[in-house]
Amino acid sequence: MTASRSTPTGRRIVRGLVWLAVLSPVPWLVWLFVSGGLGANPIESLQHRTGHYAIRLLAASLAITPLRTLTGWGWLVVSRRTLGLAAFGWAIVHLCVYVGLDLFFDFELFLEDVVKRRYITIGMLAIALLAPLAVTSTKGWVKRLGGARWNKLHRLVYVAMLAAITHYLWAVKLDITLPIVYFIAVGLLLGFRLFMYRRRRVEKAVKDRGTIAAS
Amino acid sequence: MLIRRPSDIPSSEITPESQYVNRRAFLGTAGALALAGLAAPSALSAAVGLSQDDKVTPEEDATSYNNFYEFGLGKDDPKRNAGSLVTSPWTVNVDGLVKAPKRWDLNALLAGLAVEDRVYRHRCVEAWSMVIPWRGVRLRDVIARLEPTAGAKYVEFTTLLDPRQMPGQRSNSLDWPYKEGLRMDEAMHPLTLLATGMYGKTLPNQNGAPVRLVVPWKYGFKGIKSIVSIKFSATQPSTSWSDANRSEYGFFANVNPTVDHPRWTQAKERRIGEFLRRNTLLFNGYQNEVASLYAGMDLRKFY
Repeated sequence: MTASRSTPTGRRIVRGLVWLAVLSPVPWLVWLFVSGGLGANPIESLQHRTGHYAIRLLAASLAITPLRTLTGWGWLVVSRRTLGLAAFGWAIVHLCVYVGLDLFFDFELFLEDVVKRRYITIGMLAIALLAPLAVTSTKGWVKRLGGARWNKLHRLVYVAMLAAITHYLWAVKLDITLPIVYFIAVGLLLGFRLFMYRRRRVEKAVKDRGTIAAS
Repeated sequence: MLIRRPSDIPSSEITPESQYVNRRAFLGTAGALALAGLAAPSALSAAVGLSQDDKVTPEEDATSYNNFYEFGLGKDDPKRNAGSLVTSPWTVNVDGLVKAPKRWDLNALLAGLAVEDRVYRHRCVEAWSMVIPWRGVRLRDVIARLEPTAGAKYVEFTTLLDPRQMPGQRSNSLDWPYKEGLRMDEAMHPLTLLATGMYGKTLPNQNGAPVRLVVPWKYGFKGIKSIVSIKFSATQPSTSWSDANRSEYGFFANVNPTVDHPRWTQAKERRIGEFLRRNTLLFNGYQNEVASLYAGMDLRKFY
């Protein structure tokens, strides 16, 4: 990574630890799979686990900015991209388990699912929304798009997040407790961002008026 | 890549009704051998309608991967939590349109009835399946003992309600107690069992001890567990899953690959222990035995 040259050691350590954390389920899942720890229906278990990883990591990536604002810990920001990319990665693994293991590449059935099952449709939408965000997550793309446009594009992450939780909600047979908890958590994060956005606008308006009055 | 399985069990491999009704005249193991009609008067085993690629599910899987929401919503919860269920003594309350309403001791209710071993396919509405060797009595024999009146058209079953023994009942995931029902002709069908055992042993708590219903051509949720009440009625009883979500779970709940669950296909199923999904069979492969029960009925409407 070329950027790492300008990154202080502390931040590089933080980023390394975050990468380690988001990849730690890989050996764990392999071990469970080999040892029979995934139970009688290992494919279903893999589907559920990878889906949970994706949703939780995406929510964690959304929590970084509010957390940074509240705590003033600037170094938190280095983990945001890692968390977002990891969420996308686990979402792709989730999709691969579904298409490759569950359906065993029966693309006819896959297309039927995407068209007919709304929870699959919206799940695919979530992944489709995350893809351009993953692609444009590099510093090069921030520069190419310009900060303002990049920020605008990456607000899509909230839409993807809501789509992902809705996917989960619609897939559940009976107990919707966890999807509701996710909705509330993301609602709080989104609410915080909107609150900060409004406050910044008000502050800016006050400042602008002050400038006009002074002139 | 499209990988297809043979579309159906050839009807030649399904035990004809005349033979399974006289199942004690032959030793049924699996497939064609069973059809040879070997005389084995002591054998109570009958592998009704099993095809040669129906292998009995490992006991460990059948007793650790369960839907029994009274003990939790996870598949592994029932095994972990069902130890708190006390299954003896056990009574079954019998009332409704019956000659003599009475609270029966379970042992007395089943005493003297022919105990049979039956290996059945088991298809969950969630699109997974198993093959399970049950042990139990025919429900029709129990009903004969109870003598319902002529007006009885349905049988309604209820599971134990006791949140101390069934921790899952402390949350309102379903409207407890669990209720299920059958039309009288379904209940009287020779395939319908009241099971008290599986894999040659007493029924484990997580599988519905001490007594549960087994209706092999219907989705598994019809197989109500830990039954404490049998009631005969003239009208169709309400049932738990249908009450919880009427558009997704009907009263009949016959296994049908052409009637999808609103949220997933029922055309295929994952047999526990197998990698590829297999095709789901109409009436779970028991169409020769039970299709006549539903002659003239629109199975899309009465799902």
